[in-house]
Amino acid sequence: MLGAYVPLIVMILIGVIFGVSNIVLAEWLGPRRSTRAKLSTYESGMEPVKSARERFTVKFYLVAMMFILFDIEIIFMYPWAVQFRELGMYGFTAMILFMVLLFAGYLYVVKKGALKWD
Amino acid sequence: MNFDILGSLPLIVIWLALGVVGIIIQAFVRSDSTRLVYGYYIGTLVTTGLLAAATISNQGTAFGGMVTLGGWAAVFDLLFCGAGVMAMLAAQAYLGRFNSELDEFYTMLVSSVAGMMLMAHARNLVVLFVGIELMSISFYIMAGFFRSRDKSLESAMKYFLLGAFATGFLVYGMALLYGATGTLDYSVMLKVIAAGTARFPVLLALGAVLLTIGLSFKIAAFPFHQWAPDVYEGAPTVVTAFMSTAGKAAAFSAFLAVFGVIMPMVKVASMTPTLQLVLAVISAATMLIGNITAVAQTNVKRMLAYSSVAHAGYMLMGIVAGTTFGQSAVVYYAFAYTFMQLGAFIIVGLLEREDETSLMISDYSGLYRKHGVFAAMMAVFMFSLAGIPPFAGFFGKYMLFYAAIESGFTWLTIVAVASSVISVWFYLGLIVKMYFSEPNPETHEANAGLAGISLAVCTVAVILLGIMPRIITGMLGN
Amino acid sequence: MNPALLTLFPLLGFVVIGLFGKWLKHEKVIGVVGSGAIFLSFLVAVVLFCDLLQMPEESRSYVSTVYTWIATGSFSVNVAYRVDQLSVLFALIITGVGFLIHVYSIGYMHGDKGFARFFAYLNLFVFMMLNLVMASNFLLTFLGWEGVGLCSYLLIGFWYDRKFEGSFITWTGDAAKKAFIVNRIGDFGVLIAMFMLFNIFGTLDYGEISQHAQGVFSMGDTAVTIITLALFLGCTGKSAQIPLAVWLPDAMAGPTPVSALIHAATMVTSGIFLIARTNVLFALAPATMAIVAGVGIATALIAGTIGLVQNDIKKVLAYSTVSQLGFMFTALGVGAFTAGVFHVMTHAFFKALLFLASGSVIHGMHEEQDVQKMGGLKKYMPVTFATWIIGTFAIAGIPVFSGFFSKDEILWNAYIGGGPILWGIGAIAAFFTAFYMWRLTSLTFFGKERFDHHSVHPHESPVTMTAPLVILAVLSAIGGFVGIPHVIGHLINVPNYIEHWLEPVFSSAQAILPAHVGEYSALEWTLMGISTVVAVSGILLARTFYAAGPERAHQLAARFSLLYKILWNKWYLDELYQMLLVNPIYIASRDFLWKVVDVVVIDGIVNGSARTIAASASILRRLQTGIAQNYALLMMAGIVVLIVIVLYPFFS
Repeated sequence: MLGAYVPLIVMILIGVIFGVSNIVLAEWLGPRRSTRAKLSTYESGMEPVKSARERFTVKFYLVAMMFILFDIEIIFMYPWAVQFRELGMYGFTAMILFMVLLFAGYLYVVKKGALKWD
Repeated sequence: MNFDILGSLPLIVIWLALGVVGIIIQAFVRSDSTRLVYGYYIGTLVTTGLLAAATISNQGTAFGGMVTLGGWAAVFDLLFCGAGVMAMLAAQAYLGRFNSELDEFYTMLVSSVAGMMLMAHARNLVVLFVGIELMSISFYIMAGFFRSRDKSLESAMKYFLLGAFATGFLVYGMALLYGATGTLDYSVMLKVIAAGTARFPVLLALGAVLLTIGLSFKIAAFPFHQWAPDVYEGAPTVVTAFMSTAGKAAAFSAFLAVFGVIMPMVKVASMTPTLQLVLAVISAATMLIGNITAVAQTNVKRMLAYSSVAHAGYMLMGIVAGTTFGQSAVVYYAFAYTFMQLGAFIIVGLLEREDETSLMISDYSGLYRKHGVFAAMMAVFMFSLAGIPPFAGFFGKYMLFYAAIESGFTWLTIVAVASSVISVWFYLGLIVKMYFSEPNPETHEANAGLAGISLAVCTVAVILLGIMPRIITGMLGN
Repeated sequence: MNPALLTLFPLLGFVVIGLFGKWLKHEKVIGVVGSGAIFLSFLVAVVLFCDLLQMPEESRSYVSTVYTWIATGSFSVNVAYRVDQLSVLFALIITGVGFLIHVYSIGYMHGDKGFARFFAYLNLFVFMMLNLVMASNFLLTFLGWEGVGLCSYLLIGFWYDRKFEGSFITWTGDAAKKAFIVNRIGDFGVLIAMFMLFNIFGTLDYGEISQHAQGVFSMGDTAVTIITLALFLGCTGKSAQIPLAVWLPDAMAGPTPVSALIHAATMVTSGIFLIARTNVLFALAPATMAIVAGVGIATALIAGTIGLVQNDIKKVLAYSTVSQLGFMFTALGVGAFTAGVFHVMTHAFFKALLFLASGSVIHGMHEEQDVQKMGGLKKYMPVTFATWIIGTFAIAGIPVFSGFFSKDEILWNAYIGGGPILWGIGAIAAFFTAFYMWRLTSLTFFGKERFDHHSVHPHESPVTMTAPLVILAVLSAIGGFVGIPHVIGHLINVPNYIEHWLEPVFSSAQAILPAHVGEYSALEWTLMGISTVVAVSGILLARTFYAAGPERAHQLAARFSLLYKILWNKWYLDELYQMLLVNPIYIASRDFLWKVVDVVVIDGIVNGSARTIAASASILRRLQTGIAQNYALLMMAGIVVLIVIVLYPFFS
């Protein structure tokens, strides 16, 4: 039964060989003439001046999370909208309930001032 | 599509009360009116618990077969709601003392209860996953609720990291099972397996193992137990009390349901003995490691944390047995364990000081002089945890041991008895400390307040369940 | 009516008083709660009794399961009560007499700092005793059996800080321990019997065992003989028979109501109960029956002789209890179960009465118990005196008083079932009974006042104490009429109610035992006459000796000094125990069990394993590094191992 996996294994092998060989070939064939400009972080770009570890304000995360939440809501609504007639009243109630739940949460977030920027 | 509206009331009520009404209340009330939210959530849990109790005999399925209704799922609801109420009663004064009483704590607690209920009711792997995650995420937040305390944050972080790690395996398992059977529904899965139409037996077995591993993490079984002592020690004591009892019971409720599916699955792959044996070894190792390590502890909270690991090992015996009797033994033990462990942790919380001291075993010396009632209750809990009759812990162990012997796991029972003997050492050690040592002059005043109700309930339950185990086993009977 | 209510009330009383005794504060509240619980329980017993009366005779026995404690496989333990003629009769005695003792205690214990504790223990005692008699299986009986042992320990040592002069003991705690340890020896026998019964029958239910006993055992089987002997060993412990009688006289270290409760209504009758309950087994073991009768009659005689010379009012009563219990066992031993149970009932009345009356005397005499320092008390305590006299007549067996009927029936059965010698010894013991009781009466209530008038002012006790006395006196006087023997009964057309009532309980045992047929009425009249003469002469003789005081007796004692010394020292039973049992055990325990077995062997093993565990604990502890990555690593390792184990069969 392992025969079913043969194409898969061949595929994996090809992938591995391709990746490894490319790196090895580049290392082997390419000439190495390093200059200061070539070694900098962004070649012919910005000059790096300070640590890259910077703290963002937590509000970015909040907005991001809210965004994902409503994003998912929309994703849920597409298939529902397509099958709207077939799902009928049951589907409608379920979706309304879902949106009420989401809206209650949204209300909470707004009321607690999580979206106030300053 | 119609379904049993009465039977699904506990689930509907807690979801609407939590997700809609509770959130709106919290959105509109002023932030200093915690009393309202507090009362509201206690009411929610009590109502849900009562509804669950009323629907025990109302067995069936709902929501397209995704959840089961009534039966022992409802019995577990009763446990979760009861434990939730007791933890809330104890939490108010406790959090107040540490200036950390916020509405959100209670929201998190109730949402974890909602998650647990989903776990017990789930008949679909996705529902199970949603339940587990809802419970776990609430726990992560509650564990780190003391934001100014390093230990609390550390415990939350560890719990979250390792929990996420384990969840990964859980989802892998579910995905593999889906791949092998083409369904997420327990009963359909069983049918597919019975019909022999499942593809890829290897995936089936691997999925079953990964699912078992994910759940073993939640019950803190060896070798997935190491998070438990650190998390239980660092988290606020009330949170520890709640998550080490109701949380564990919830994981076992899921274990019971899932294992009914996993066992035949693995049988198809003709390796039932292997998985059963593996679980038996896990069970034995868990109780031995939990009890032996507990012996070396000097911190009461940590000692109880290890003891909770050990008790997960005992409860696994019922699952290893795989019989109906073993299952009811697990349910009974979940109740007994919840009452005794919750009670013990609540007392620890009451005696704990604001500067995170008074948690050592030596701080309990001569406790009975200053806090006679606490000492007596603690003694009851310790006796029960050690499994000494006539308390609930004794009968629970008796049932588990019996179930294991009945299924031919005599060696496991011998290990269990031996590790029980070891456990007597530190349980009775605490009692000896409380009653036969010179009083510790630094023991401070402690006022039980509302937590007194929880403690009284726990004490009475531990004694009553030991004398009349039919209270629980009778509910399971019908 | 649910029989569970019977035990519920005393349990509630115990819990309420035990937990909230401090808050209840007032003695009156505690007293009312404590006595009320027993009274309600008594009412339940009465209702159960009436229920049984209304049922047809053949169905007057049922089992009511309160709940199942353990139900696993073939082994199940029910908390179930067996309601039948025997258990209801015992329940009536226990709750009825127990209630009166509770009421009496309100007055007697007035002002004691342990008032609430006392009532809590009393309620627990009654609860345990009710469990013992109502149980439908051995295990529940054993719970009650151990429970009364525990309660007797708690109550005998109630005044735990007081000195108490007894045989080889110096304070009340010793007396309590003595009672407990001696009882434990008997309990061992009961345990053995239970193990054997479970092994043979696979159940501990009385009904099933009695039903199958005849099929399983044949007459005189070794197994049934051993079982019954083991049971009897338990009975000798609880009911203070030779060789385990030594604890009862020292049990009076407790407050007097406790003595009354132990001696009359509860505890000591449990031995009788157990034999009555398992009558079929005993009927199948004639050897055991003979031993029971022999031990009983010997105890009756020996305890009676000891009672002749003691000076402590309660001690005399204690030996009289031992002696009366001996009578009961004699009855059981000759197969007259009804007579034995009947004597339990009448004895409960008059012994409770006598103990409570003696308590009243002690109370009035400011805690004086030595009869040599009393005398002439009848004018100070008229009620106590009158009731005491009735009790004395009853125990001595003066006709128409209750003790007459029951004791006469025992003697009559001893004659027909055991022969003239058994009867003869019984009659002598009965004579002693009459003698020492009247001796006590004379020294206490008649004659010169030998106490110091300056320090002691005798007075009658309060009404809470005298009212129970009066009620018990009435019962002691007329209680015997429920068991009028047939020879008299058919003359006046009154049936023997108690025999008729208990007949179904003992019917199967009676069917096994040899029946005594024939016309005995002339003989029975004669024997009855002799017992009456014996009782009256005992009293008259005691009167001539002690009317004036103890002086004449002292002269007699001087003449028979050896005999007197033997009796005064209780046949040296305690000394014998001390020499043969206590000292060897003590020395063996100290020099071998403690210094060798315990210190070297057990401590060695325990400490050794403890060290091993502690060592492994400290190793395992190091696994707990506190670093989350390490935990994840161990998890990963576990996962890999698990997957390999489970997937191995697929690739092998």
